[in-house]
Amino acid sequence: MSMYAEVILDYYRHPRNYGKLNHPQIVSHDMNTSCGDEITMQVEVKDNMVADIRFSGKGCAISQAAASMLTEHVMGLSLGEVAKLNKETMLKLVPIDISPMRLKCALLGFKVLKLGVIKALDRGENHEN
Amino acid sequence: MKKVVMGANVFRKDFPFFARKLVYLDTAATSQKPRVVLDAMRKFYEISNANVHRGVYGLADEATQLYEGARKTIARFINASPQEIVFVRNATEGINLVAQAWGRANIKKGETILITQMEHHSNIVPWQLLVKEKGANLLVATITKAGELDVLAFEKLLEKKPKLVAFTHVSNVLGTVNPVKELTALAHKAGAKVLVDACQSIAHMHVDVRNLNCDFLVFSGHKLYGPFVGVLYGKKKLLEEMPPFLCGGDMIKEVSFEKSSWNELPWKFEAGTPDVAGAVGLAAAVFYLEGIGLANVERQEVELVEYAFKKLQKIKAVQIYGPKTRAGVISFNLGDMHAHDVSTVLDEQGVCVRSGHHCAQPLMGVLGIPACARISIGVYTTKEDIDKFLAALQKAKKVFRL
Ligand SMILES: Cc1ncc(COP(=O)(O)O)c(C=O)c1O
Repeated sequence: MSMYAEVILDYYRHPRNYGKLNHPQIVSHDMNTSCGDEITMQVEVKDNMVADIRFSGKGCAISQAAASMLTEHVMGLSLGEVAKLNKETMLKLVPIDISPMRLKCALLGFKVLKLGVIKALDRGENHEN
Repeated sequence: MKKVVMGANVFRKDFPFFARKLVYLDTAATSQKPRVVLDAMRKFYEISNANVHRGVYGLADEATQLYEGARKTIARFINASPQEIVFVRNATEGINLVAQAWGRANIKKGETILITQMEHHSNIVPWQLLVKEKGANLLVATITKAGELDVLAFEKLLEKKPKLVAFTHVSNVLGTVNPVKELTALAHKAGAKVLVDACQSIAHMHVDVRNLNCDFLVFSGHKLYGPFVGVLYGKKKLLEEMPPFLCGGDMIKEVSFEKSSWNELPWKFEAGTPDVAGAVGLAAAVFYLEGIGLANVERQEVELVEYAFKKLQKIKAVQIYGPKTRAGVISFNLGDMHAHDVSTVLDEQGVCVRSGHHCAQPLMGVLGIPACARISIGVYTTKEDIDKFLAALQKAKKVFRL
């Protein structure tokens, strides 16, 4: 199947959960320097859960659509669950065959979110200490 | 236009690669290889393989003759003498050689090196490291809106009396052909030495180092229909004065545990066993190209690029970067599509097109874009290739609703 299935273009042209939050506890950003893809993830945390999430950025259809799909998936999950998400789960969210050269695009949002959440959890633990 | 198609088809059959039904438009990254190159290399390995400059037996001499014969062929090709031809891995290594051997011995604190905004990372980073080490300065000549070198700005920067001016002959992004001879004369008048990056010109137009009068020139064999070896040309006097780059076997005259003395040119700069088959293959590529004639290559390619340029220009949503007069490459973006998406949609239709920053991130910054897509052509590229590419581009437009 083409990497540009209708669903990818739909998420690219009409991204879900795109934008910024007013009071995010987690803000995480990264880019693929090799292609200029950029993603910021913002999370509002309530009771250790993802109460709300937005992503913003620019880049290719794959990176933006995948990030958008990820935000839908993690809404309502606990931070611990997000921290444990693996690549395979992430790639299952994106219903296309991603060529090896484009994996980095599909995984950018995932990487950004996971790092942000792990850092937040670390901070939390440090506070308790 | 007919002539183009005929000409290109004549050469295409020389390239076994095209048994694959791909539209290959990434020759600027690396060219496909004609059968004569592959045959020359196989023949070397099957019949003449031995180490060079070492054995006194007949076979070793044969291998050495082939290797040194290749050097002569390449010297003749660019109008240099064989002593001035150093085999390296690629153009990048050639530039590093000059930065390390010539640069470290000649660039002093507070002195200046001048490059341009359209350089490939290979012609930026080695100089950055050198000026950092020496406390010297790296200046960058700007390009005009049209994507040509701003010669007035260049001349202004020459007033800072740079010790070295390093620039590309043809931009791998913009296709701009720099007036190397004139720029070199200007730089010399200001007292600078000149290094020319000929990666994107060497296979597409006649390059004559005596005529250009540059001090150093580098290119990669793999962009010249040859294998993955590179060439550094340096004026004999400069190479003689330079200390070695890499050291070890082959580059020495005499070694004791206390000290060593260096071999003659060009071997002083070729430490260890070289890529002999690579050199042999590159010489075969040169013969192949000379057989066609570089004037013919240039005429055919200019026509094809003009054809592609005109057609591309007509597509709404296509933004082309660089001047109208250009060699071999056209970089572009399609609407708000990311270049990688353009490339992937084309790839899904069997069209190979490079996308990204093309190892010229600073230039992307100047152009104000994160990336672009690029087509680039060679002697085997046909008008049909361009037409298939254009059709695939229309499909991309449709998929992305542009
Ligand atoms: C203008 C220019 N300079 C330098 C290089 C580097 O060539 P190589 O990677 O073979 O050393 C390239 C190749 O991409 C190029 O296009």
